[in-house]
Amino acid sequence: MAYSDKVVDHFNNPRNMGSFKKDEDGVGTGMVGAPECGDVMKLQIKVQNDTIVDAKFKTFGCGSAIASSSLATEWLKGKTLEEAQKIKNTDIVQELNLPPVKIHCSVLAEDAIKAALADYHKKSDAK
Amino acid sequence: MKLPIFLDNHSTTPMDPRVLEAMLPYFTEKFGNAASRNHAFGWAAEEAVDAARKQIARLINADAKEIVFTSGATESDNLAIKGVLEMYKEKGTHIITAVTEHRAVLDTAKALEAKGLATVTLLPVDKQGMVNPEDVRNAITDKTVLISIMLANNEIGSINPIKQIGKIAKEKGVLFHCDATQGVGKIPVNVQDMGIDLMSFSAHKIYGPKGIGALYVRKKNPRVRIAAQMDGGGHERGMRSGTLAVPLIVGFGKACEICQQEMAAESERLTKMRDRLQSAIMGALEETYLNGHPTNRLPGNLNISFAYVEGESLLMGMKDIALSSGSACTSATLEPSYVLRALGVGTELAHSSIRFGLGRFNTDEEIDYTIKKVIEVVTKLREMSPLYEMAKDGVDLKSVQWAAH
Repeated sequence: MAYSDKVVDHFNNPRNMGSFKKDEDGVGTGMVGAPECGDVMKLQIKVQNDTIVDAKFKTFGCGSAIASSSLATEWLKGKTLEEAQKIKNTDIVQELNLPPVKIHCSVLAEDAIKAALADYHKKSDAK
Repeated sequence: MKLPIFLDNHSTTPMDPRVLEAMLPYFTEKFGNAASRNHAFGWAAEEAVDAARKQIARLINADAKEIVFTSGATESDNLAIKGVLEMYKEKGTHIITAVTEHRAVLDTAKALEAKGLATVTLLPVDKQGMVNPEDVRNAITDKTVLISIMLANNEIGSINPIKQIGKIAKEKGVLFHCDATQGVGKIPVNVQDMGIDLMSFSAHKIYGPKGIGALYVRKKNPRVRIAAQMDGGGHERGMRSGTLAVPLIVGFGKACEICQQEMAAESERLTKMRDRLQSAIMGALEETYLNGHPTNRLPGNLNISFAYVEGESLLMGMKDIALSSGSACTSATLEPSYVLRALGVGTELAHSSIRFGLGRFNTDEEIDYTIKKVIEVVTKLREMSPLYEMAKDGVDLKSVQWAAH
């Protein structure tokens, strides 16, 4: 199976790879997937005034999983929390031209975004 | 050095130029049908087939008359298992095989079972992928008609104790089929000494052409009979009809002859190269695990799991090296290698496995390049891996509640 040029580009030049400290102010962390399933994504957002000013990821998984999470961080930056909530896995599928067997990678990326947003809300509500 | 590098010699092998040279006249000048008994074209073809049959038989210490040509090892496995079960159905319908067998054996046995034509016992393997001969003995009943155990595994290269299993089969009067596709031509195979009654193998794994294989069918002590699975002209002593693929057979014969002459030297060279690859990679990278038997394995085989990185992404990072992974990220089931799972390798480590398959045409320079590339890509992907980060932070990954999806 050949990967699309965009998947290869994200894989070779991952955007925003890395981590924030989980307890840092304004940081929301989403961790989804399971090692037994062959993919785990950690996606983090840094929020100021309801806007995502920075995002980072780390992913254990195939090239498409890495590309999906890399793309997600690119898209998240600059978005408001409300806009971020609207990112759909199908947008990722389209942008990266993922084949049917790789759709679960995009689903995982959407789940990771939702989990990071939920974590941020939970932490800010707790204050 | 030319890129990409081919390190997937368990899947197939490039044809040896000497094999191609031997085949060429049989496409154009000597194109006869080996079954044409009344003209020179037929005789030339028949003569070539006979010579090839001898070369093949010699490699496994069989008689030329015991070689039945097929399209490949999958067909040979099918013919052996279905052919024996059909022929000996009055005696019984029980088959003994093992969990790490190739799909051509497992699925054939399962298909017979699904049709109600067989009952199948699947033996487990130990942590190094070996079948225990005593398990074979204990599984035999008075209804057992066939034992089918592979010589060497295609993923992990572990070599089964075939001679001991053959001895048990003989003692109990049960036929013994061996899928020797990965072993023939790489390690010494002797059907007499090993007590094998039927044996599958193919040409393209030993630097011969694709599309040709053989089933060894023992002619005496005991005389094995199989029911043909294809009707037609009654070729191959009635066991496999169809016009013989003369050029492919000539190539198969030549490939066997070369293996016989060069096996000792080639095996030594590949073992040395493989061991160097293994120690360089495992010495440089922490948390790497060898899958399969540490010593009792095919010379060109190396199967390693790289903790915290997923196999398919590893392959993608090393796209100028042709390798294979036990990860099944592309399969709809998300189930990784059943062979590694049968060894008790954890699912996550099965996803992280890479199979290196070294062959006749690999060079030391290619191995140097591979060592460098593997270390570089694994290091890069571990930097990218949340699991590696957690492990470095002292988190016990087994204690984490993962949301399986």
